[in-house]
Amino acid sequence: MTLNFAVLALLDGIAYASLLFLVAVGLTLIFGVLGILNIAHGSLYAIGAYVAATLGQWLVANGYNPWLTFPALFAGATIVGIVLGGLLERLLLQRIYAKDEILQLLVTFAVFMILENLQRMIWGVQPYFMSTPLNLLGNVSFFGINYTAYQVLFLPAAAIVVLFALRHFLRHTSMGAQILAVTEDREAATSIGINATRVYFMTFVIGACFAALGGALATPTTSLVTGMGANMIVLSFAVAATAGLGQIEGAAISALMIGIARAFAVYLSPELEVIMPYLIMVLVLLIKPNGLFGKVTARKI
Amino acid sequence: MSKEFLTAIPDGAAGTTADGSLPVRQERRGNVLMNKEFLAFIAVAALLAAVPFTFGSSITFIAMCLAKGLAVLGILILLRAGQVSFGHAMYFAIGAYAAAFLSSAFRGIDMMVLVAAAILASGVAGAIVGVFVTRYRGIFFGMINLAFSMVFYSILEKAFHITGGSDGMRIRRPTLLGMELRRAEFDVAIYYVILVFALLSVWLVWRYLRSPMGEALRAVKSNETRLEYVGLSAKSVLLGGYIASAVLCGLGGVFMGMVQGLATPEHAFWTRSSELVFIAVLGGPAHVAGAFGGTVLFEAVRTYAAALLDDSWQLILGVTLILIILWAPGGMVELFRRFTGRNRVKTVTSGEAGR
Repeated sequence: MTLNFAVLALLDGIAYASLLFLVAVGLTLIFGVLGILNIAHGSLYAIGAYVAATLGQWLVANGYNPWLTFPALFAGATIVGIVLGGLLERLLLQRIYAKDEILQLLVTFAVFMILENLQRMIWGVQPYFMSTPLNLLGNVSFFGINYTAYQVLFLPAAAIVVLFALRHFLRHTSMGAQILAVTEDREAATSIGINATRVYFMTFVIGACFAALGGALATPTTSLVTGMGANMIVLSFAVAATAGLGQIEGAAISALMIGIARAFAVYLSPELEVIMPYLIMVLVLLIKPNGLFGKVTARKI
Repeated sequence: MSKEFLTAIPDGAAGTTADGSLPVRQERRGNVLMNKEFLAFIAVAALLAAVPFTFGSSITFIAMCLAKGLAVLGILILLRAGQVSFGHAMYFAIGAYAAAFLSSAFRGIDMMVLVAAAILASGVAGAIVGVFVTRYRGIFFGMINLAFSMVFYSILEKAFHITGGSDGMRIRRPTLLGMELRRAEFDVAIYYVILVFALLSVWLVWRYLRSPMGEALRAVKSNETRLEYVGLSAKSVLLGGYIASAVLCGLGGVFMGMVQGLATPEHAFWTRSSELVFIAVLGGPAHVAGAFGGTVLFEAVRTYAAALLDDSWQLILGVTLILIILWAPGGMVELFRRFTGRNRVKTVTSGEAGR
């Protein structure tokens, strides 16, 4: 492997890790606060991508300024996160907070099935593609390697902004403090006047927005196909579990780890590419069952 | 079973006297129920055995339902311990691929050898993976199983020079106990083989869940600490159940593979695993009958919903699952009991009925 390949793999890995992080951070945030592992998170990712692509294609087809596709990506993600995420929490999840975690898992799996089906009904099985933002930003050069600026600059920047914005939100705003308080002890938080129902709702919507944003930002880099949600939920779980469920900064690090390992596998032994994330997750969990950064919780025994 | 049937008679007589205290009556109710269930079991077995003579065209559908039902039965065992695995389709695929490899390596191999190989392969795989995954509970148990199955799925898909990639592998029609069978004969023969294995498995799982090991499995769900104080290791109790469930999934896989004549990586994909869990919950975890009832309903919706409303089976099943979890967490078994007024028995014996 030459230096060129190493740089190329590294850039690939960083671009991929940025998207992984966006989706995984939503998953881990929802799990950390609500205690629900949301399998429908993968569908939110896919639907965010489809909505952003549809919006972008519409803008381009109607002769609007192509730069408008950038806000369209964010607008699409926000709409999906708020509408779909909001409806899900209000209509369904609120009814199951008291239930067994296995049943919660199954309910979100049922939602996943429904959303997959709806997505096929609305957008069909033809691949979608909307690369306008990718083309607009052009290429940049790193150590003689040409790479699209969208993937190596814009995506990591978006991921970093999300990471720091979320940190700031949780640690330095009133709503964030309320979320942390409810996570720590829902009952005690309620008794001092925090509206836990609202905190759950907000958290779920924010997490859903991140999933949809991951999908929307992935749109220009890949063609949208059915089954992308099913793959992403497993991958983002691998990232979140490797870091330790509920770990936000940890998710960033493990997304980078998994993203870069996968990219190097593509160049070194392509057969391992798909296996890499799961391999890392299984290895980490065998040694550290709570993930790399997870806190040790009291065992049942 | 017959022994309990005999003890039920004096109990029944004692129930008429004044000293029939609550525990005795519980016992009696339990046994009458057992007896009824045994009769129902025989009746269903007889009905299924008659299918090739009455509804010959549907034997392939029923054979596939029974094969899948075997796998669901495996999931049911884990549900008894309060655990769900989102990766058991892996053992299903192991069963199918074991048959595929053997039938392509040895021409004219016997069906029983394929079945034995599938049991062995899935059992060994279950034991190895089980040693690791039984350290975890709840979401992690489910998702680590998922990770293992996805590794396996990716290997099946990527190593196409060995496994045929995403096209999968053909499973040649095996002989049965040395007999060469033509297509139509084979369909009937494999139907009966699957039926026999399904009935046998139902009986064995029933016995297993009623045995001390099966009781201990329930304790993994309710109170592991107590289980350890009794002197049993929760981990090995769960491992036993895990291997049993892996073998049942392997059996389901080898039968499904032989009916379809094909083993594909799709068998191992995580959504397949979730389908198995889905069916177990749909059917109801409280009773072995739920596994097969749920499978028939699931497959029927999947097959016939397509005719009603184009490409909507996931939608219909997803909504059904949510309705079941919200309003009938016991699944079809509970609905059946409500319908026949048996839930009183269920509450009297606090869920002991129909183990």
